[in-house]
Amino acid sequence: MDNVLEVVGIEKKYPGVVANRDVSLKVKAGSIHAIIGENGAGKSTLMKILYGLIRPDTGHIKAFGKDVSLKTPQDAIALGIGMVHQHFKLADNATVLENVILGSEPTRMGFIINFDQARKKLIEIAEHYGLDIDPDESLANLGVGERQRVEIAKVLFRGAKILILDEPTAVLVPQEVDELFSNLRELVKRGLTVLFISHKLDEVLSIADEITIMRQGTTVASRTPKSTNKVELAELMVGGELPKPKAGANKSTDESLISIKGASYIRQDGRQVLNNLSLELKGAEILGLAGVEGNGQSELIELIMGLIKPSGGSVEILGLDAASTPTKDIRNAGVAYIPQDRQRDGLLMSAPLWENRVLGHQFASPMATNIWVNKGEAISDSKRVVTEFDVRTPGINVLASALSGGNQQKFIVGRELSGNPKVIVAAQPTRGVDVGAQAIIWDHLMKARTAGAGILLISADLDELFSLSDRIAVIYNGVIVSTLDPNKTTPEQLGLAMTGAKSA
Amino acid sequence: MKSKIFWGIVAPVAAILNSLLFVYIILKIRGVDPLSMFSLMISYGFDPRNLVSELNQTVAYYMAGVAAAIGFKMLLFNIGIDGQYRMGAFFGAVVGGAIALPPVLHVLVIVITAMIAGGLWAAIAGYLKVRRGVNEVISNIMLNFIAAAIISYLITPSMLGTLPEGSQNAQTFPIPASGQMPTIKAFDGEIYTFLFVAIFVGIAYWVMLNKTVFGFNLKATGLSFRAARASGVNAPRMIFITTVLSGAIAGLVGMGTLLSDTHNFSMAFPSGYAFTGLALALLGRNHPVGIFFAAFLWSFLERSAPVLEFEGVPPEIVIVMQGTIVLSIVIAYEVVARINLRQQQRAVGSVNAEAQPASASGAKEGN
Repeated sequence: MDNVLEVVGIEKKYPGVVANRDVSLKVKAGSIHAIIGENGAGKSTLMKILYGLIRPDTGHIKAFGKDVSLKTPQDAIALGIGMVHQHFKLADNATVLENVILGSEPTRMGFIINFDQARKKLIEIAEHYGLDIDPDESLANLGVGERQRVEIAKVLFRGAKILILDEPTAVLVPQEVDELFSNLRELVKRGLTVLFISHKLDEVLSIADEITIMRQGTTVASRTPKSTNKVELAELMVGGELPKPKAGANKSTDESLISIKGASYIRQDGRQVLNNLSLELKGAEILGLAGVEGNGQSELIELIMGLIKPSGGSVEILGLDAASTPTKDIRNAGVAYIPQDRQRDGLLMSAPLWENRVLGHQFASPMATNIWVNKGEAISDSKRVVTEFDVRTPGINVLASALSGGNQQKFIVGRELSGNPKVIVAAQPTRGVDVGAQAIIWDHLMKARTAGAGILLISADLDELFSLSDRIAVIYNGVIVSTLDPNKTTPEQLGLAMTGAKSA
Repeated sequence: MKSKIFWGIVAPVAAILNSLLFVYIILKIRGVDPLSMFSLMISYGFDPRNLVSELNQTVAYYMAGVAAAIGFKMLLFNIGIDGQYRMGAFFGAVVGGAIALPPVLHVLVIVITAMIAGGLWAAIAGYLKVRRGVNEVISNIMLNFIAAAIISYLITPSMLGTLPEGSQNAQTFPIPASGQMPTIKAFDGEIYTFLFVAIFVGIAYWVMLNKTVFGFNLKATGLSFRAARASGVNAPRMIFITTVLSGAIAGLVGMGTLLSDTHNFSMAFPSGYAFTGLALALLGRNHPVGIFFAAFLWSFLERSAPVLEFEGVPPEIVIVMQGTIVLSIVIAYEVVARINLRQQQRAVGSVNAEAQPASASGAKEGN
């Protein structure tokens, strides 16, 4: 087989950061080529370079046997390289067909959209590649998996021969992943080439023909699924031994830290996102909350933190009624909060680290005395957090925005775990951090549990849920559909429960 | 820390030099010798007698600048300073002229009345923003007009004002001696003692912002509404309080003139403090010392402008100078902010490089 894509010696630097260096890659025609690596390993940068979104500082790209220079995505599309982004770029209020042709509409006389021709072409593509889509369905009615197919159709409509998929499975439940994979196999059978980014090893082993591993901005190795295994891949990604969380025995107490009874929440747009939800968090336990994103997790967290008021039912935290207690008092009572959107909810990006240490703790000792902020205390405790949580920073006077995402996360977790909180609401606590830091964060969460804290762990990482949780509650469509014992549940059963199937 | 102060000074100096260069070119085109014009302005502006009146004007500008800065810290564009200042000065004057109290207390009542009037006037815009989502720029511009109309109605002799014999200008009743503030005689001029109040406000502003929980919450809400909310700050309430506080300080803008000079309020009180205040807060980078220098620079330029007329140069050239300073400062601060962030990212990068020797060589080349 020929190489449809060859990359040699790519380097891309940002001030102070080398996103890509010495990257080399050979992609065979008609294959599924996976690129794996941890968050921050440079996968996304490389894909953006291949799609013309970023221009490399040095290096060569050869597509279909010719040297090419990709200045814009238009160049890439013209060559037959298309990209499906992790976060879909679709218009909810339009139909599938309208979404697909948006930006490359076939026209009559140059200005009237030729819908008939477009529909015919889309149906042809869908049939040819075995994509199950209805051109006239409104996008608002589609689920995540179907939306992803629309994105793929969009790229094919523009004549792509090489498809780049950026973490396509991150938003899917296991059943949808299977469907996507069978679609991808179909595409490859018809002669397309798929470049697939992931950090999920099982998936990569099951779908890829070839696997390239990236670490710290560079390509470190290439393997085929036959010639490798999960452990080797993981070690290549990490460059060392893997951390393992050691979940101790369940020692939860009878004390009820969070008690939610029949809570519902109706959003301003009229959608009911929480529906008669009940949940209880006990002392010294980690309660995992599993669910596909957008099933009410965000609202549940906000309810607990007193940021929104329930439309019905009751939410009690540490004996306080969350509906009538200001967030400030909830936090002061001993509730730590690790928000899922760290940059928007967890940090003051253009404030120095020590001020960020104060954030969320400014109403009580030791960060404040009466009306005064204790700057000295904030500075010394920031230094402690930086050391204990291995935050890579030259000092505590740098702005939060200067740190990488993983280091920001470590700082937030360190901040929230200080002062021995009684309840920890942890949303995606290890998202985007490297394995070393993940081990540190897990370790601290376990310690907090041992010390008697109750932890509500909202995570998209099933491994994390399985290894840390004493119980796993599954949220679907605004309600807890089941509560599982992680020791007696398989990932498949959990995945099934996350899709709303009752018989978990 | 040292570099922080250094960069804080570099930007305004660069902006002023840039503006001087621009004016230099304009004057050159006009066929005037720019350097002699500049030296003329400097020698006139630094004449002791002129310095006194510049200082008095600085006090008013300073209050407007601090009022704007408080708003800026919350990402509020308080263009309503004009209306708030007028409401403050007017009601301060009305109350001051209507009551009789012992000396210090009398002044205190006037000042507090002015702050309440300015604060309440700003509260309208604050309420509309927080509860109804009305952009504060729009509501404040309208409130400026409404304030002017209300005052010109209330100041008529049939309402709260008086019309002295032989005068066409309605004004408030004069404030008796007990409600006046003394002046310091210097170089044939009189310095308003309200200057000390202004200095106190500047210090209080700095302490509030940098040392108190309230100031922390204010800054946090301005930097990120959502993060502040998640941290337990009642962010909408914070926006409202900040608006009122900014208005209360704006209510002090006319106090120097009122208490030490005119002793009554008339329609002759100048307008335009809103734009100036915003420009000064920008130039002084919301820092109490920076705003003071900016306010002095503005007063200096305005005071020394008329001397240019003797040389046949229109004094409006000073407005050009002020305009280019403001434009340049916006750019200069943005450039400095980017340099700072880049330096920090580089520092962070080199820390990472030390921790991960594999990428050290690449990071060094990055410089």
